[in-house]
Amino acid sequence: MNAVASPSVPRGNAAIYRRRRIINIVAITLACAAALFGLAFLGWILWTLLAKGFSHLNLALFTQDQPPPMEAGGLRNAIVGSLLMCGMGVAIGTPLGIAAGTWLAEVGNHRKLGTVVRFVNDILLSAPSIVLGLFVYAAFVMQTGGNFSAIGGALALAFIVLPVVVRTTDEMLRLVPVQMREAALSLGVPQWKVTMQVLYRSALPGIVTGVLLALARISGETAPLLFTAFGNEFFSLDITGAMSAVPLVMYKFAGSGFENWEHLAWAGALLITLFVLAISLLARTLLLRNKVAND
Amino acid sequence: MNSVALPASTRDSADARNDKLFRWLLTATAVFVLVTLAGAALSMLWGGRSVLASEGLNFFFSTDWNPVENKYGALVPIYGTVVTAVIAMLIAVPVSFGIAFFLTEVAPRWLRTPVGTAIELLAGVPSIIYGMWGFFVLMPVMREHLIPWLNDHIGPLPVIGALFQGPPIGAGMLTSGIVLSIMVIPFISSVMRDVFLTVPSRLKESAYALGATKWEVSWDIVLPYTRSAVIGGVFLGLGRALGETMAVAFVIGNSVNFTASLLEPSTTIAALIANDFGEATEEYRAALLLLGFVLFIVTFVVLAIARLMLMQLARKEGNR
Repeated sequence: MNAVASPSVPRGNAAIYRRRRIINIVAITLACAAALFGLAFLGWILWTLLAKGFSHLNLALFTQDQPPPMEAGGLRNAIVGSLLMCGMGVAIGTPLGIAAGTWLAEVGNHRKLGTVVRFVNDILLSAPSIVLGLFVYAAFVMQTGGNFSAIGGALALAFIVLPVVVRTTDEMLRLVPVQMREAALSLGVPQWKVTMQVLYRSALPGIVTGVLLALARISGETAPLLFTAFGNEFFSLDITGAMSAVPLVMYKFAGSGFENWEHLAWAGALLITLFVLAISLLARTLLLRNKVAND
Repeated sequence: MNSVALPASTRDSADARNDKLFRWLLTATAVFVLVTLAGAALSMLWGGRSVLASEGLNFFFSTDWNPVENKYGALVPIYGTVVTAVIAMLIAVPVSFGIAFFLTEVAPRWLRTPVGTAIELLAGVPSIIYGMWGFFVLMPVMREHLIPWLNDHIGPLPVIGALFQGPPIGAGMLTSGIVLSIMVIPFISSVMRDVFLTVPSRLKESAYALGATKWEVSWDIVLPYTRSAVIGGVFLGLGRALGETMAVAFVIGNSVNFTASLLEPSTTIAALIANDFGEATEEYRAALLLLGFVLFIVTFVVLAIARLMLMQLARKEGNR
């Protein structure tokens, strides 16, 4: 019966085929398990956040400042501080990043310096954020007399924004067809005008995506703020003084053992994660729509 | 002719001047990126120079970290950094390869985008969330289930047993390694998936036509073709694991005493800096800045290798 079913296969090969098939099935099963493993942790973390944080999301979170242990309160000072420092970080990092990215794509693309800058920027992109915090501490906070300040925090965040924006600007500008540049230049338009009015217009959605991704990244950053903005128990709008941020409060509150502090930490965690996920999804759809429009 | 040429030429020269200015501006910002990296390294080395002078090589080989007596031997945090990163990679690399294999060959087409997106979203979750999750959810699990089991079953073994003996505290290098692995899996797997997608389909189709199974196509065709970029992706994840701060600071236990056991509290460079910097004295801050410099150099080397490896595949593809 066996010989009839596979007449062309010599008997010894059947074992090899079976072995190959079994290996394949095992590998596929393991791959599915790996994907499930990844998704399970995503689900587990999100579920933990919702279970522990959702019941503490309320209006007081936005209208009251952080409380002493065992008293009611909110995260207003931290939320305002986060918004202010992230806004300043993006405001400082974005123009620099766009300019450097433009240089990479338009001027230094095939130069040696261009390769070096691109390489260094890629390293900055994944450099540990605590190192950037230490850098700003040593280069700014220490030089200004050791005063922790929101400016320092914003600078540290700007150094995280910078490489992200450089990278996306560079990539997006290089996607713009050469013919557009040639057409504009052949009309006698100077290069700065070509860049500002032709290239940026066509690369804009991509660059905005980059800025959004950078914003998503810095809004949850804690390590670079620890010794630049330092944190502040009180509401403050003074950017030359210490300022609070949601992740800083979470770091202080989470392991504190005080029930109300831990509740606030989880509420802050949920708030930040929702913010980050919303921005990443927005950036993703923006990029996707742009891709479809270009195709 | 003359009457037209005059205004045109002044405009030309103005344009040329503006263009030059524009280029200078752009070049200056590009050089600024370079300066940032150099400045980051040098400012930390400068800040830590006093400790480097007083400790010398002892800084790297001594386990005596005692800020009260101004003794700074950083072997424990350095060892902790390396061990947690290695544990993370041991878990993350095979799982990431599995996910990439799943997303490129195994999963039905309609499932690939949503699963890929979900795993990339995991990469966007701020690291402090992983830390809190590790502290409140994973540590109790470790304490009650995994550590007693390890103590009973692997602890008595010779040689490696010493790594798995210890009180069920929950905080330690093993817990940190697990949290780190969950953090870097999305990074490594999305790099792997992206490079797997660059493999020319005629290569894969030829293999399938010869009767190769999905696994054989992935292992014998796709992986050799993308080997350098896969190693690059792994190093990218390693760089992240080495420098991660908040996720580790919650679950490492923060103890500067040397321990061989993976289950007892220890510390890493980044966690030590995050914990102690705020309250440190001047000399102690110098030591922490020097530690930051060490971390920076190590991650720089790892990330540089990663980029070079990734560039190799890009060159093969003819992209650059």
